[in-house]
Parts: sequence; C-alpha cells; structure tokens
Amino acid sequence: MNNEFAIVWAHKDRLLFGLANTVGLVVIATALSLVVGALMATALASQSRAVRRPAQWLVDGMRCVPFLLLAYIVYYGLPTVGIRLNNWTAGLTALVIYHSSYIGEILRGAWSNLPRGYIDAAHAVGFHGQVLYRRIILPPIVYAAVPVLGNQVIQIIKDTAFLMIIAVPELTHAASSIQATYYVPFAAFVAAVALYWILCRGVEMVVGVIERRAEARR
Amino acid sequence: MTPYAYFSLLQGAGVTVALSLLGIVIGVPLGLGLALVRWARIPVLTQVIAAYVSVLRATPLVTLVLLIFFALPSIGIPIDPIPAAILTLALNTSAFNCEIWRAALIDFPKTQLEAAQATGMTSSLAFRRIVFPQIWRTSLPSLVNEMTLLVKVSPAIAVIGVVDITRAAVRIGAETYEPLPPFLAATVLYFVILLVLVRVQRSLESSTARKFGSA
Repeated sequence: MNNEFAIVWAHKDRLLFGLANTVGLVVIATALSLVVGALMATALASQSRAVRRPAQWLVDGMRCVPFLLLAYIVYYGLPTVGIRLNNWTAGLTALVIYHSSYIGEILRGAWSNLPRGYIDAAHAVGFHGQVLYRRIILPPIVYAAVPVLGNQVIQIIKDTAFLMIIAVPELTHAASSIQATYYVPFAAFVAAVALYWILCRGVEMVVGVIERRAEARR
Repeated sequence: MTPYAYFSLLQGAGVTVALSLLGIVIGVPLGLGLALVRWARIPVLTQVIAAYVSVLRATPLVTLVLLIFFALPSIGIPIDPIPAAILTLALNTSAFNCEIWRAALIDFPKTQLEAAQATGMTSSLAFRRIVFPQIWRTSLPSLVNEMTLLVKVSPAIAVIGVVDITRAAVRIGAETYEPLPPFLAATVLYFVILLVLVRVQRSLESSTARKFGSA
C-alpha cells in the first residue's frame, strides 16, 4: 500500500496537470456561467411571454437532463450539424450551457425576493434599463445567492469529472491513466478524491468569507 | 433508429431505474442510521461520520465508481460491475441523505421527546412512535429531490461498463453514425423517470397531508 502511494507521488506532476485542468475548467465555466446566467435571469423575469417561455423551457429541460448526456450531445451531436469542437472546448461548452441554466434560475429566485420599493427608489433617481440591472439589481441578488451559488460551483467541480469520458485531461482522467499504467488503483483514486475534497472545502471557505463581507456591508 | 435500438434503450432504462432504486433502498436507511449516530453524539463515531459525509459529498460519482471498482479487487475484495455500481450509488446518496435526516432531527422539538420520556417510553420506542413518523414527512421532499439528483448522476456507472440509458445511447450512436437521435431518445427517457419521481412525491405528500394534516 505504501508502495502504491510512493508510485503516485513519483508521478504527481501528471496528477497536478489534471488538477490544473480541472481548476481551469471550473474557473472559466463558473465565470461564463455567471455572465450567461445573469442574462438568463433577465429573460426568466421578463414581462414578455415570448422571451420568458423559451428561457423557462431551456431551464426546465436542463434540470431533467443528466450532465453526461448533455456533454455527449455537445461532443458527438454538434458535429452532425456542422459545429466541430475539440474535447476541452466541448466540455467547457457543455458545463456553461448546463450550469448557466441553474444559475439563471438561482438568480431569478433571489431577484423575486428583492423588495419592490428598492427598485422603485432606483427608478425615482433615474436608473433604468441595463444600468439599473447591472448596478442596482445584480449586486444584492448575487450577494444574497452566494451560499446557493457556492453549492453550484461544487456541482461544477464534480461535473468536470464526467468529462474524462470524452477524454478531457482533467483530474479523474489523470488518476485513471496513472492507475492504468502502474496498476495503483487505490492510491491513484484516493489521491484524486483528496484533491476534490480540498477544492470543495476551498469553495466553502470562499463562500464563508464573502458572506461575512456581505454581512459587514449591510 | 431500428426497433431493436429502441428496445436496447428501454433495457438501459430498466438498468438505470433498477440500480438507482437499489441505491436508494440501501442509501436512505443508511443515511438515517448515520444521522441517528450523529444525533446521539456518540464520541469518535460522530467525527468519523462527519468526515465520511464531507468526503463523499465532495467526490464526483465517476471518481467514486472507479475507486470502488478498481481498488476493492486490489485489496483482495473482488467485485463485479453491477454490485460496484449499486455500492457507489448507495454510498453517494447515503451521505446526502444523512444530512437531510440530520436537519430534520435537529429541528425536532425537544419538548416532545421529554414528554415521551415522562410517560415512560424507552428511547427506541419514542423514536419509532414519536420521532420517525414525523421526520419522514418533513424529509420526504428533500429525499425525493436527492433521488432525482442521483438519477441524473447515475450515468457515471457507464465508465465501468454497466449498460444504462446513456451507454446504450452511445452504443447505438456508434453503430449508426447518427448520435443525435439516440441521445434525444435517452433525454426523453430520463425526463419520464424524473417526472414519475416528482409525481410520486406530490401524491405521497398530498395523501399524508390528508391523513395527518399538513406538516
């Protein structure tokens, strides 16, 4: 057993390369999903049915599809309609499509809890349209949604592992390739699990810090 | 898609449903057991369970299923893909269920427990007659929600060769060189499974509400 861990330690560069890819995917996917999700929230909260309905269908659809299936559709399905992406980009695209829908719904929920008078006051001092959304509505709903958004980021971290199936060189893929070459399944996957755990605890700590900041701002 | 392709997708749906159900049947009571140990604050065990829950909640299902399928044989416990898949799903969902049961137990009014004690009930009798009938009703929506999440991560078991809906769809796509139709059919199957789960929860909730009044 000690020997197994020694082998994994000797090949820690491969594991760290996988970890770097996982972190890169998570950071980019989170940033893009927040932007797309914020736009999606405006569609979900729109007065016009023609805008609201398609957005609701998309969100409800995504909540019923397993992430792996969506990743397959993006990776194998898009080329049949002429869009060709490499594994990494296909994985990232699937992450963003999937999680921006969830984030859009989370932000819409936080938005509906915003007091009416707050927005009326912003209207009264002349805010409207895009600036009203970006400067007045978005900051408090993002702060209010931070714990739920943190859970969503943890979900993104866990969903990146599915991408090993379409050969994205992320953490589980790295552990799997080390175990396949040296036959050290126990140490390789335990190391991967430990790294995932550290990542998730990291996200929880960041959420805690932001929450305390938000508390101080109030 | 040929009729046989539809048939193999339905077979995959059978596998997805059967394995998820087995995972739930093992994972829900296991989660309750773990939550009860933490609730009773049994030293050492409480800390061990807290660590178990924390690690399992952070572990992707793909990684967990690979760990169980490849690592158990390497330490002398041979395991086939199907039992490995069931064990993975059960362990994963038990950690989430433990937190759901624990939240219900923490919210449970202490006065009721004291009243049960005062009338001379043993703690196991109080649990069976007083605590459990109430916490399962408050936990039900969260438990069903966790079941839908489990179905959505269940395609992970395809990596060890279990032919569930997703893997069946991949196979058909590889044979026909037309991946989109089987994937869309697979999406419909998942949609139906999740819809049935949510419906069952709704009807259970309304029937218990009629019987006991709304919780």
